[in-house]
Amino acid sequence: MHRTGELYGQYKTLEQQKETASLGMWIFLVQEILFFGGIFLAYSINRHLYPTAFGVGGNMLSLPLGFANTVVLIASSFTMAMSVWSAQTSKKQLVTVFLILTLILGCVFLGVKVKEYKDKFDHHLIPGHGFDITYCSKNPTACHLEGKELSDEIKEIREGVEAEGGEIALNAHAQLYFSLYFGMTGLHALHMIVGAGLLLWLIIEARKGRFDANYNTPVENIGLYWHFVDIVWIFLFPLLYLINRHLA
Amino acid sequence: MSEKGHHVVSPKIYAGILAALLAGTWITVQAAKIDLGRWNIVLALLIATIKMSLVILFFMHGKYSPRRTQLVIISGFFWLAIMLGLTMTDYSTRKPEPSRTANPPVIEIHRA
Repeated sequence: MHRTGELYGQYKTLEQQKETASLGMWIFLVQEILFFGGIFLAYSINRHLYPTAFGVGGNMLSLPLGFANTVVLIASSFTMAMSVWSAQTSKKQLVTVFLILTLILGCVFLGVKVKEYKDKFDHHLIPGHGFDITYCSKNPTACHLEGKELSDEIKEIREGVEAEGGEIALNAHAQLYFSLYFGMTGLHALHMIVGAGLLLWLIIEARKGRFDANYNTPVENIGLYWHFVDIVWIFLFPLLYLINRHLA
Repeated sequence: MSEKGHHVVSPKIYAGILAALLAGTWITVQAAKIDLGRWNIVLALLIATIKMSLVILFFMHGKYSPRRTQLVIISGFFWLAIMLGLTMTDYSTRKPEPSRTANPPVIEIHRA
């Protein structure tokens, strides 16, 4: 099946045909909103129950890396929007250029995520047998912590232990935070990987010059998907990284 | 070819939205560093919602979509609001259970 811009039998006009395609994409995205919504709900309930442990967990994440990734993802949404514009105005070379830029930015995001996950492994923050949220405050050299950062962390852990009523309780509830952290960012990253695959296909097709003002439905719909993934991150960033920054 | 319902948004608008989203990201980080008590989360979600609206309206062409598509978009958030709203009213009005205030029954892990 090789779709082009021609009118299919079941539609009256090309406009109706295009509207139907984007309506279908939006219905898929509504389902995605509710899919992520369930996980956001799980997060909200647990955060409501264990505010201190979630605050301590949130401050274990790297704010500079999270911030940088937010900027990268927003920039990739912009280049995606620009590739849709290039297709709509039949600038066939630019479509490919902006799609490649989007793919590169998406890969940068995933690369930073790998670095963040690796740090969590090193800092004993993977839920399960080896989980220990006090690890970095007890082994500062292993976590490259020193000076004010270290004293802040020790203070934070001490307050967390006090508020939760013991180190065991703090570790148990902080594991909930990190389970949600890996679940949410992992599902988001999975969506990014799927998006990267779709972008790769778009780039191959765009190089053949398939997308122009007459036919650009795939660019537009994959664009919608990419922007949706960006929106999920727009909420994940403050909820996971910024919960308790003012206490640190 | 410019069709109704497939409005071509100019790069100038896209660049403006990009700038607004980056500014929003910076503001949300700065706001998180100020202690506003329970209002920190409200402010963070407000900024995120504004950023989301900009992405949907302009990057995703929600502003220029036909009414039918706009209804589908709004319905998605309507169902989400039911799920989040009704569940949270339940959780936030329940009396704390004893197991929540006491130490959870966690078995101390013995590391090798």
